[in-house]
Amino acid sequence: MRLSRGARVTLGSVAGVILAVIYLPLLVVLINSFNSSMNMTWPLPGLTTNWWARALEADGLVSAITTSFEVAAASTAISLVLGTLLSLALSRYRFFGRQTVSLLVVLPIALPGIVTGIALNNAFRTMLGLQLTMFTVVIAHVTFCIVTVYNNAFARLSRMNRNLEEASADLGAGLWTTFRLVTFPQLRSALFAGGLLAFGLSFDEIIVTTFTAGGDTVTLPIWILNNMFRPGQAPVVNVVAVVLVVFSALPIYFAQRLTSTDQRR
Amino acid sequence: MVENFAISLRGLKKTFGTTTAVDNLDLDIASGEFFSMLGPSGSGKTTVLRLIAGFEQPTAGTISLLGQDVTASAPFDRDVNTVFQDYALFPHMNVLENVGYGLRVRGINKDGRNRLALEALETVRLAQLGERKPSELSGGQRQRVALARAIAVKPKVLLLDEPLGALDLKLREQMQIELKELQRELGITFIFVTHDQEEALSLSDRVAVFNAGRIEQLGTPRELYENPASEFVAKFVGTTNLLEPDQTQLLFGVSKRASLRPEKIRVVETGGTQAVILEVSYLGAAQRLLVKTDNGVQLTVLATAEERVFAREQTVHLQMSATDLVSLEP
Repeated sequence: MRLSRGARVTLGSVAGVILAVIYLPLLVVLINSFNSSMNMTWPLPGLTTNWWARALEADGLVSAITTSFEVAAASTAISLVLGTLLSLALSRYRFFGRQTVSLLVVLPIALPGIVTGIALNNAFRTMLGLQLTMFTVVIAHVTFCIVTVYNNAFARLSRMNRNLEEASADLGAGLWTTFRLVTFPQLRSALFAGGLLAFGLSFDEIIVTTFTAGGDTVTLPIWILNNMFRPGQAPVVNVVAVVLVVFSALPIYFAQRLTSTDQRR
Repeated sequence: MVENFAISLRGLKKTFGTTTAVDNLDLDIASGEFFSMLGPSGSGKTTVLRLIAGFEQPTAGTISLLGQDVTASAPFDRDVNTVFQDYALFPHMNVLENVGYGLRVRGINKDGRNRLALEALETVRLAQLGERKPSELSGGQRQRVALARAIAVKPKVLLLDEPLGALDLKLREQMQIELKELQRELGITFIFVTHDQEEALSLSDRVAVFNAGRIEQLGTPRELYENPASEFVAKFVGTTNLLEPDQTQLLFGVSKRASLRPEKIRVVETGGTQAVILEVSYLGAAQRLLVKTDNGVQLTVLATAEERVFAREQTVHLQMSATDLVSLEP
């Protein structure tokens, strides 16, 4: 479809404005992390790497990053196992309530985080009598991380030729061997993409985390929130924000690249 | 049952929801036989194949393989292998790995299975393509790889689900010859599903004609063609003239529903029944004429090409004999 010159210019400008609105503030954060003024005044009075050095020594920052990594890694691992099993069950078998299960699995990603957070907080503490720990955070994160894994795996399985699994069984392979040698190799890149997205989701999650973390489980987003309004900490928070952006963007970038190379194949 | 048929089906039935795909089927297939299941799509032939392979569980009835009841066995416990219509080659493995797959899951080491896989590939004359991925092969080559993969594990019975359906005519004819040779060479039972009646007739020792989940007729290709048991078989196997009792009365002086093959009607110079040509189709080796006789019966006639050149609205004389009529059950 050919567009007129006027239409191209208009649509291009709109797209440019939208992207600018999204990414200019992020750029400002990046620049401000080198701003020599404590109050982040514009234009920059000068450049400094002082904040980056201070960030490294900031109280509890490194441990917050470690915690976030641990939570994200554990959530991703559990989501990968459960999401794969779910996608296999829902794509390969017909059973009563299949559609309902599918809906219930995907729903948490659409639920407001604050609802999930309060609900889980209640369930953990009041009903189950659990202490809020890193473990409860991981369980909470899995409820929505599982969705990205499941969606990716399910889409791949639906496109996959079912005859491949039948051919494998026909040639003498049992269920596990068929999964290991035929299904999993076809599924691998989809699981990797889903896993990266799950990791990204968990790594910067704050609302659900706030309600399900105990006092001594400080993830990076929580650390940032705690430090943002403390006197003299704002420049350090800028540094951390930049780091967080990079860590969140990388998984998305790789997940996209994987999906597009798969589509080209 | 004393005699060990390669496959014995007893009272086999399969329903999907309210539709009956296979209806109370009894069938014995001898060892070493080239057996075809012929029928239009939806006639249940592929379902029978999938039941034999174990991909579907029958609603009722039993399946025996060489005298042994395998009705409840999983596909991987049955000594039958399938060549799939779309080949179902593993896209992430090369040709040699595909062909060696069945050997691999049986725990044969890499050297052993590569040797056996190569042997199987030589049988289908593809030994030099072992390193290729399935996506780098032509349709005909994929089809041979699928064949090699299925025979590499030396099954007792090979199930072929319209294996030539996706190939063009030239390649299909060539593969038909190769399949027949392969079957003779290996001496294993082939069960071949097709909707192409020509293919079924030219390849098979016996053919079962399927219609609506039942076998309409079972016999050698010649029996099916010469003596169709029903209107369905007469129409489905080859082309034919289906005549109503009043039409046979007019043409032959006998009154019955019957089939008359177009090639049994001869075009002669004089005498016989007079008819006018309505349509002529030139087929290369023959000409097909649609004619209307003086007494108003439409017939299809197959005339060999060298006889003469026919044209529309030309008057011809037809010779036909009541002995060529095959009566059909009402």
